[in-house]
Amino acid sequence: MDLSSINPILLLASLIVAATPLLLAAIGELVVEKAGVLNLGVEGMMITGAICGFAIAVNTGSPVVGLIAAAGGGAVLSLLFALLTQFAMANQVASGLSLTLFGLGLSALIGQDYQGVKPPAFPKGDIPVLSDIPVLGPILFSQDFVVYLAFFLTLGVWVMLKYSRAGLILRAVGENHDAAHALGYKVVRIRVLAILFGGACAGLGGAYISLIRVPQWTEGMTAGIGWIALALVVFASWKPWRVLLGACLFGGVSVLQLNLQAAGVAIPVEYLAMSPYLITIIVLVIMSADRSRAPASLGKGFHAGS
Amino acid sequence: MTGTLLSINGLTKAYPGVVANDSVSFDIGQGEVHALLGENGAGKSTLVKMIYGLVKPDQGTMQLRGADYAPVQPSAARAAGVAMVFQHFSLFEALNVAENIALGMENPPSMRDLATRIREVSEMYGLPLDPARIVGDLSAGERQRVEIIRCLLQDPKLLIMDEPTSVLTPQEVEILFQTLRKLSSEGTAILYISHKLEEIRALCDNATILRLGKVVGKCTPRDTTARDMAEMMVGSSLHVPERAGGEIGPVLLKINDLSVPSPSEFGTSLKNISLAVRAGEVLGLGGVAGNGQDELLGALSGEIPTAPGAIKLDGKAIGAFGPVARRRLGLLTAPEERLGHAAAPDMSLIENALLTGSVREGLESRGFLKWGKAKSFAEAIIERFDVRTPGPGNAARSLSGGNLQKFVIGREVMQRPEVLVVNQPTWGVDAAAAASIRQALLDLAAGGAAVIVISQDLDELMEISDHFGALNEGRLSDIRPAKDLSVDEIGLMMGGSHGMEVAHV
Repeated sequence: MDLSSINPILLLASLIVAATPLLLAAIGELVVEKAGVLNLGVEGMMITGAICGFAIAVNTGSPVVGLIAAAGGGAVLSLLFALLTQFAMANQVASGLSLTLFGLGLSALIGQDYQGVKPPAFPKGDIPVLSDIPVLGPILFSQDFVVYLAFFLTLGVWVMLKYSRAGLILRAVGENHDAAHALGYKVVRIRVLAILFGGACAGLGGAYISLIRVPQWTEGMTAGIGWIALALVVFASWKPWRVLLGACLFGGVSVLQLNLQAAGVAIPVEYLAMSPYLITIIVLVIMSADRSRAPASLGKGFHAGS
Repeated sequence: MTGTLLSINGLTKAYPGVVANDSVSFDIGQGEVHALLGENGAGKSTLVKMIYGLVKPDQGTMQLRGADYAPVQPSAARAAGVAMVFQHFSLFEALNVAENIALGMENPPSMRDLATRIREVSEMYGLPLDPARIVGDLSAGERQRVEIIRCLLQDPKLLIMDEPTSVLTPQEVEILFQTLRKLSSEGTAILYISHKLEEIRALCDNATILRLGKVVGKCTPRDTTARDMAEMMVGSSLHVPERAGGEIGPVLLKINDLSVPSPSEFGTSLKNISLAVRAGEVLGLGGVAGNGQDELLGALSGEIPTAPGAIKLDGKAIGAFGPVARRRLGLLTAPEERLGHAAAPDMSLIENALLTGSVREGLESRGFLKWGKAKSFAEAIIERFDVRTPGPGNAARSLSGGNLQKFVIGREVMQRPEVLVVNQPTWGVDAAAAASIRQALLDLAAGGAAVIVISQDLDELMEISDHFGALNEGRLSDIRPAKDLSVDEIGLMMGGSHGMEVAHV
């Protein structure tokens, strides 16, 4: 066992890389759930985004175009969910689960020709001056731009929900869709837009794994991150900063346990492998012991006539 | 009053199978408090929805301050100065007061300015309200203030209030009336819908009475008795329940020093309650809501277990028995909350009849249900209590409040109880239906059953009770013969801290 082989600066920098896909997917799902929709298809939208982004990046040679395609792919898949639940009044839980299964199958089909292909490298986004700061520079300011995007997305969602009228209306729709309708707000339209945003975020998170973090394509490579994102939203009590904290915690423990495995710590690998899940959930359960609760209309279908 | 504010001419609205409004015409003056009276289904709600732009009239016109007025949606009505406080609050429980108010405004100011204005307006009208509080934590009266202030901030010329007092305590009603009088003195007209005729007499300048969609009369409530108004609403002389004067028999139900903690966090625990009811007797229990009524009903129905000897039926200790065992012995109960407690909203009337009737009516054998018998039982209830529904297969939720109330009371009465306990038997029920429910309770007592009526309607209790007691903070006052009681004595029985009820008797 040689703990000195672990470089804390590299560890913290890779923590952020590990947290980013989870953060993207969870912040999207947070907006969806705040609008009163429970989309269990996050995993399916992530993996679809992962292959869409990968395929387009390989074919165009541009990872940025790939990321845009990933967001588009996730949004298109979520549109299917929106059609089912908002217009055909299908059950949200069943539709979400089938969306995940559909996404996994669809991505495997698209990805058949991309096994073992190497995607174009993603440029590093060193921020001038700031990235030269010792310790903090390499950790915070020498990442790719998707990391910054994810952070600003979190900030933006927080500001939008807390301070803007659009955010207030979104929360109102998620709280009591009947009252929102009576006041003249377009419940279905707002929900569809939220679902599309959630799908785009999940797709982006998936492509971050296939294009930047790994980077290659293997079937089922999101490996349950979408499910963790769903749990994260609940345990973070629908609060954006707690989602960020939970994502970093999960990313941190994931990276740390890999490093510990490599360093040969005398703990069975299985325990190390389960530790990120356990620790993230325990911390967030303790934090969610306050009085915050789910949006009251979460998961309930809305029909204007009823 | 200076001139006409809103003039309604020949408004007609028909739905398939029913004409909700048939050329309704009347005027509302500026600053006038105008009452709209009528039984359930008389067309009051449809009429105000047309004024508020939620429903489009088939025929007829409206003029607001002399100009044609035809709102296509609520926002147009709000822009024209018409505001409405809904019967069922349209609020967001997880959001705070200021956010709720902002959602109901077309162009809300910034949150900080809005909070300041909410404070100003709420102080001005004596409706204290903290803009930062979460609506879910507020009482029913405070929630209504949120709705009223949401309306007032838009400076309305006409304020429509649909049954505003049904969820308020008497103290809150008094505060509301002061606010409405102040608004009226400032020139805002109020269109006030209520069942409570004494309230209308206390508050309103004029009244228009609707029956089956037509205007059948107008009156000045201050100069008209509640009885005359009720008869105009019903269209025939009102049947006053009469008691047959049956024999008072032996004690059937005895409660001895009953103390139970409330199962809910915000409930009232019962403290040392003792009472006895005899065969052929109606015992009325009054008191302001939330003083232990629900808990007493729960303890009697068997939902809240008690010490075995605390409740005795025919001398047998039943305190530890559950609801089914008590029903088998003849102690039946009908709780206050119709949807969700007395009836399962999404189940049919047949299934609801089965749920409480299976034991005494023999609607099941060896775990199998007897659907045919259950259907005839439900049909018998519908027939005898004049429940208006297309058939017993309809869901309980589809019935109007008054009709469902007739069904849930009728369901218990038809099972020939030894002892029947009802909580708020005529809440939200129109005058004619209330009279028939009260008559059924009196007939039951005349037939030798003991009846306990828990109610907040003192007129009702005085009308049908032989003995009267009052619940106050979970304690029961002395029980006294009802016919000798004066209004002052009743007020004292209901407790000093609730001294306002006297004004409303």
